[in-house]
Amino acid sequence: MIEQLVPAMVEICGPDGVVTDPLDLRTYECDGLTSHRAAPGLVVLPRTAEQVAAVVRVCAAAKVPFVARGSGTGLSGGALPRTDGVLIVTSRMRRIIAIDPASRRAIVEPGVTNLSVSAAARPFGYFYAPDPSSQQVCSVGGNVAENSGGAHCLKHGFTVHHVTGLEIVTPAGELTWLGDGTGAAPGYDLVGAFIGSEGTLGIVTKIIVKLTRIPQMVTCLLAAFETTGAGGAAVSAIIGAGIVPAAIEMMDALAIEAAEAAVACHYPQGAGAVLIVELDGPEPDVRRDGAAVRALCEQAGSTEIREAVDPAERAIIWAGRKSAFAAVGRICHAYIVQDGVVPRTALGPVLDEIAKLSAESGIRVANVFHAGDGNLHPLVLYNDDAPETVAAAEELSGAILDLCITHGGSITGEHGVGVDKSRYMPKMFGADDLDTMQLLRCAFDPGGLCNPGKVFPTPRLCGEVPGARRGVHPLVASGQAEQF
Amino acid sequence: MAGDAVLRALAGACPAARPAEAGDAVAGVTPRYAASPASVAEASAVMRVAAEQDLTVVARGSGSRLDWGAPPRSCDLVVDTLRLDQVVEHAAGDLVARVQAGVGLRRLGEVLASAGQQLALDVGPGANGQDPAGTATAGGTLATGMAGPRRLRYGTPRDLVIGITVVRADGTVASAGGKVVKNVAGYDLGKLFAGSYGTLGLIAEAVFRLHPLPTAAAYTTVDGASPADAHRAVAAAAASELAPTAVEISRAGRGGPVRVGVLLEGDPDGVGERAGQLRQLLGEGAVTSPDAPSWWGRTEPAPGPAGGGPEASGGPEATGGPEAAGTLIRVAFWAAALPAVLATIDRAAEAAGLDPLVAGSAAAGVIYVGLGAGAGPAAVAAFVANLRAAIARGEADARPASAPAPDSPPVLASAVVVYAPPPVREQVDMWGPVPGLPLMRAVKDQFDPGHRMAPGRFAGGI
Repeated sequence: MIEQLVPAMVEICGPDGVVTDPLDLRTYECDGLTSHRAAPGLVVLPRTAEQVAAVVRVCAAAKVPFVARGSGTGLSGGALPRTDGVLIVTSRMRRIIAIDPASRRAIVEPGVTNLSVSAAARPFGYFYAPDPSSQQVCSVGGNVAENSGGAHCLKHGFTVHHVTGLEIVTPAGELTWLGDGTGAAPGYDLVGAFIGSEGTLGIVTKIIVKLTRIPQMVTCLLAAFETTGAGGAAVSAIIGAGIVPAAIEMMDALAIEAAEAAVACHYPQGAGAVLIVELDGPEPDVRRDGAAVRALCEQAGSTEIREAVDPAERAIIWAGRKSAFAAVGRICHAYIVQDGVVPRTALGPVLDEIAKLSAESGIRVANVFHAGDGNLHPLVLYNDDAPETVAAAEELSGAILDLCITHGGSITGEHGVGVDKSRYMPKMFGADDLDTMQLLRCAFDPGGLCNPGKVFPTPRLCGEVPGARRGVHPLVASGQAEQF
Repeated sequence: MAGDAVLRALAGACPAARPAEAGDAVAGVTPRYAASPASVAEASAVMRVAAEQDLTVVARGSGSRLDWGAPPRSCDLVVDTLRLDQVVEHAAGDLVARVQAGVGLRRLGEVLASAGQQLALDVGPGANGQDPAGTATAGGTLATGMAGPRRLRYGTPRDLVIGITVVRADGTVASAGGKVVKNVAGYDLGKLFAGSYGTLGLIAEAVFRLHPLPTAAAYTTVDGASPADAHRAVAAAAASELAPTAVEISRAGRGGPVRVGVLLEGDPDGVGERAGQLRQLLGEGAVTSPDAPSWWGRTEPAPGPAGGGPEASGGPEATGGPEAAGTLIRVAFWAAALPAVLATIDRAAEAAGLDPLVAGSAAAGVIYVGLGAGAGPAAVAAFVANLRAAIARGEADARPASAPAPDSPPVLASAVVVYAPPPVREQVDMWGPVPGLPLMRAVKDQFDPGHRMAPGRFAGGI
């Protein structure tokens, strides 16, 4: 079936834009979530929006599912290919079309890496604010699909707050603009609805982003605490004082130990937790807030505080935090990166409960998290030679998500649902909620061909009456979707 | 009588259902029934009855913006949200509030201020003429998607809504998002419903992200600038490192001097120091005050014949009293286009014989053209047509040289008539051209297949 599409795809993308060799196809079999793998039926590497549209039209006519992929750094399997489908890789679409400081906008293609937007804007005094930790390699198109945030989204917001226009290829293969770059175009906010839809509503081919003024001053404080509870109290005090830092990050003892072993970041020895608080903005305000944060950390029992203003010193403070995931990989090469959110005020009790779960199961958990917005990244460590610890780690990881839901939080703060968490969606949302979201899906993709099987646990056929589910789902029966 | 049976069914769903009165009219369309559900469950039951009885429905909060948008093609039932008036949760430590749709923003502001917090939304344009009592509700503000000067820093309702509960046309209650700011689980229906003018369903509850209340504000103004000087001042403030909360302009008449105002917020010391730097940046004539200038956030011209311009030709029905609202047009553009936009507005106004007030959030690329109630319908219609034709020709675009279409959208500006007196409404297309309309129609068809929710109110006749 898929092979029959090859001549049409070669016609569209050229012979060097179509991958059919089984060995080459395997290099695309997973994204950053390596536990899910599926070699794509076919890979295409278009260079233009028109080529993407033509590829999608061929898929739509043949009723072949398609999945878009940027840099493949996603952590929820959102770009997991379909063995019976086409993987549309946007990495060759990497033109920075315009950097427009006068209107504080940039226009880029989806394969452009996140950091290169900021690099291009820097000479004009601007940057692109969303900064996912993979920003050196992740693509802006992927950021749009995932509504990516980053450490600094506490103050600066997510991708959805920084995008004012999208050119997309609809699942029917039509090229259309959503929004006009002003951020105030008439009609429904389809830009807002599209961002974070994890590639299920279409494929983005151009992105208009806002550029943000590089702040006058940035300061970074590192505060050590005896416990994560004391660090959490400092976070609450900072927020309670009306201060909005650019970022507030926390690491627990195990994460600190791992980072020390990996990059010798020289965080205060024996600390039970470190807090990194970054402030940015006009100098008078940053100085005042910096002094206030220092005082609040001291009041919360901080054992040591360091402050860095210049970029090199700040980089030293951040080195430990930024290395944390990889560092944990050095002390235990198999681990699950969890991504859950709790209301900031529930951080203390939730961390206690995670510690309890960890002690009960004997599974170690290193905590690295965006404390300012309650976004936890527990790293659940296990021994992948022992099947029983794999299962126990997965169980613990799932129990952490249950904790997030119980405390009124979310099953994902930034990694997305993808294939990884679609089975948790019914725990967070009711059937009516999911059916209502599905209406948006049906408006964009009535045929159910655009990244099917992601985000939602049981895709409902467009036009199907909700509630009347009997027998095998037609999409499942036809092999177009999997039931979880 | 059939009508009685419908009313009985509505009353069975919601005790506060009644025959509609003249005061329930929506932009001149008088409904047959009105219902005021006191809970989300009642709202759902009412909507279920509306679906069974095939009633067209318009949602109403305080009604302060009920004449915004196009009049509904039909309205059998008004669902009033004012009894959905609970601040369900104010999680101060999490800077989040969950409110029912009918909560007034002023009341909500008082609740939040007690914890030193705010929902960072100005009531929006026309506040002076449209909502003198400050009654605008959370639901109505979200449904119209409106924001005022501080949109530069905080964005619009779509940027602040983090969770939503809606009642769909068939009565289904559905939620999306949640009560944590950082959350990417599922589709973000809050964005879709923001600015949807009630055409997708009834907004029952919303969760908003809050911000700390600043302890000081400083308004630095420059009066009497030419459009070119005003643009330089706006661009300098917006490009500065001083983190302005708002950068506004106001110009009373064609070719007249432009006032520029910059709002800085924070703590007293920081704001004072930054205001000093800002005055240096803006040059001679810049002055700073803790209070907003009288023109701040005002988009309606002062009442009287001057408002509609010397050539205004309002008949007796168009003049109205001093309270009567005129026509308000929102022009959105790329910030660098400000001088071109002002010139485009002037040409369109001159050709139509009008002399409008132009005011708004210049740095955010959203300004308003206010035509007094005295402006004649034919003149207003001509102005709107002239303006849209110029926009379609690209005269209001600031397109980067490296991004000719199709590397950028076909047009980089728009003009929407926010509200207008009935005689004007009859002569203009309130929304004008809308990019991406086929997808919007598809969304409408999915959420409201019977086209019973505020039919005809929205862009493209949706």
